[in-house]
Amino acid sequence: MQKRLLMPEQLPQDRIKNFNEVALGYTEDQAVAEAKRCLQCKKAPCMPGCPVEIDIPGFIELIAKRKFSEALNILREKNNLPAICGRVCPQETQCEIVCTLKKKGEPVAIGRLERFAADWGRKNRRQTTDHRPQTTGEKPRAAVIGAGPAGLTCAGDLAKTGWKVTIFESLHAPGGVLRYGIPEFRMPRDVLDYEIEYVKNLGVEIKTNIIVGRTVTIEELFDAGYKAVFIGTGAGFPYFLGIPGENYNGVYSANEFLTRANLMKAYKFPEYDTPIKVGKKVAVVGAGNVAMDSARVALRLGAEKVCIIYRRSRSEMPARAEEIHHAEEEGIELNLLTLPIEIIGDDKGWVKQMRCLKMKLGEPDDSGRRRPVKIDGSEYLEDIDTVVIAIGQGPNPLLLSQTSGLKLNKRGNIVADDITGETSLEGVYAGGDIVTGAATVIEAMGAGKRVARAIDNGVNSKHEARNTKQYQMTKI
Amino acid sequence: MHKILDVKQLSKDIKSMTVSAPEISKRAKPGQFIVLRIDEKGERIPLTINDFDVKTGSITIIFQEVGKTTRKLGMLKKGDFLIDVAGPLGHPGRVEKLGTVVCIGGGVGAAVIYPEARALKEIGNNVLSIIGARSGDMIILEDKMRKISDELFITTDDGSYGRKGVVTDPLKEILTKKKIDLVIAIGPIIMMKFVCLMTKQFNIPTIVNLNPIMVDGTGMCGSCRVTVGNEVKFACVDGPEFDGHLVDFDELAKRNARFAEEEKKSSYEFKKELCRCKKDS
Repeated sequence: MQKRLLMPEQLPQDRIKNFNEVALGYTEDQAVAEAKRCLQCKKAPCMPGCPVEIDIPGFIELIAKRKFSEALNILREKNNLPAICGRVCPQETQCEIVCTLKKKGEPVAIGRLERFAADWGRKNRRQTTDHRPQTTGEKPRAAVIGAGPAGLTCAGDLAKTGWKVTIFESLHAPGGVLRYGIPEFRMPRDVLDYEIEYVKNLGVEIKTNIIVGRTVTIEELFDAGYKAVFIGTGAGFPYFLGIPGENYNGVYSANEFLTRANLMKAYKFPEYDTPIKVGKKVAVVGAGNVAMDSARVALRLGAEKVCIIYRRSRSEMPARAEEIHHAEEEGIELNLLTLPIEIIGDDKGWVKQMRCLKMKLGEPDDSGRRRPVKIDGSEYLEDIDTVVIAIGQGPNPLLLSQTSGLKLNKRGNIVADDITGETSLEGVYAGGDIVTGAATVIEAMGAGKRVARAIDNGVNSKHEARNTKQYQMTKI
Repeated sequence: MHKILDVKQLSKDIKSMTVSAPEISKRAKPGQFIVLRIDEKGERIPLTINDFDVKTGSITIIFQEVGKTTRKLGMLKKGDFLIDVAGPLGHPGRVEKLGTVVCIGGGVGAAVIYPEARALKEIGNNVLSIIGARSGDMIILEDKMRKISDELFITTDDGSYGRKGVVTDPLKEILTKKKIDLVIAIGPIIMMKFVCLMTKQFNIPTIVNLNPIMVDGTGMCGSCRVTVGNEVKFACVDGPEFDGHLVDFDELAKRNARFAEEEKKSSYEFKKELCRCKKDS
């Protein structure tokens, strides 16, 4: 069997009218059949591909044997958020790309199986084994800033080793980008809530509406008795194009557009109080996952035509192939090799048109991708009434500017050790997008995991004595 | 959850509300704001902190009932709860001893200017204050402002209280007669615009406190972007106070009308709902 089992999906013509999940997940029989494709390789090449170190053949073997609850246990041992990873991880570039089956056909659908096991547990209200330590040894308190993928993972892993963890979240609900950024049709909120509930059940306390840097400072957290602080505040600062007309009404950052729709549920306006306004013709600038999400949200909010505007070609699009596929299936147009140079508005300040240039690909640039070059005389006007700018996000400077001594790089990201997450401040660690710049959920989770281990281990031998003395860290 | 400790009616549709928020009360400074949400389906709205008290662990906000959210807020009573209050947000106002400062509050803007005027007075400035409103029944904080001002001017559009006219009338007289070191103007966009046009003629530094549409209030969404001296700034994290002579008020006015249609619809639905409730009861 060279092909993997297809996962049932809502049909494009139906799903563009609702915010329900697009991919519906395997049935038990489908999951078992797919799991049986796994060769159970001795030297599982898939495992090093997983940033959170899941025993992939282990959980797949249990699914094949219909031991779903046990399979979920294996997942939860390493991964606090399997239902999330099973949905949004780019498995095709991580575990699945190195699957032995890929040499002859399609790799095992590891992500879909992970999702299946996690969903099975939720639907059947099956609790996993308590992964909290049985010993009652007193470990210190840790503060985690940001309840996104990095923070939830770091907090969950620290709790599993006995730390008392408090997460401080600036918004009114935990989840970070999983809550404000990723739409419900990719990440149903009951799934997200359930996963966060799991982390809370490990003993993690989540305090919302606390803006560290404003409501409380890192220094005060140490004064309050926290022995380690993890910064996982993500990439929450929207970039704009810097072209004329960007402040016209109808131009949103993807962050604003998605936050209104997702966190604030503006798609249910006026039942929910937060408004969102989408015109007939929407242009989304950018071609990453955030751009695809914005485009698909715009469509569901009633736009007649939605196009992606991207200055490079299809092969350079940073979005996952699956997201591009879903977007195209839904009727999103791809306006490739196109550069917006001006947004034109009417006298009341509303977007009317967009002036664009056509591009061609030249020599490769620093990123290894072929550099887009302007084609002279290719300027044209496109009628547009809504623009969503989805060209990336940077580090939010709010906390960083209020924390003296924290070393940042040129882009404003925190300088932190790749493995341990140590920053220039003692006892302060960082990981996820705030360190790497905007990346993936799973990479942030991987960082959260590594840092949790480093915090628990007392970082490294050089600092061990100091840490043991000062922070009374317990070695495992 | 944040308990409402007190509600006071200040004028026809302006109320003050004191809310329990110990963490915020400890750090709040004049000029800063909070973001609140009334209930699970509510929107996040920014409101300036009018007062704060560490002893009681509370903050006071003042708001005008204009749309659905502020009307709903106005219906809450002492003992009720707000689901979310986050802050303090934004940079605090600059409180320095400068000499003579004119503090202008238009409409509910008087609530925003008050803590700043008080701080400026406390540090030793000569404070001249102007508060203005459409009519006398909309003038708020007169007594409080009088207490902390060396001189207080009151204007109303219809002349029903104080002198008939707008805040720029007494401002012009002050600027003509006295050496003024700073003007702070907080109120409707149109008022701030005209104050700035006037102070520019006299070359007096002028600070304004902007209140654009926000969502998170922490620099995440860029909804509140304003053009200040040809640069795009986020009012929530770069402000809310800016050099008034550099602010593009016309753009701000347009941006603040972005959701006018939706706000109307929301208010209409809300009124309908209220009528239905009344009939049922």
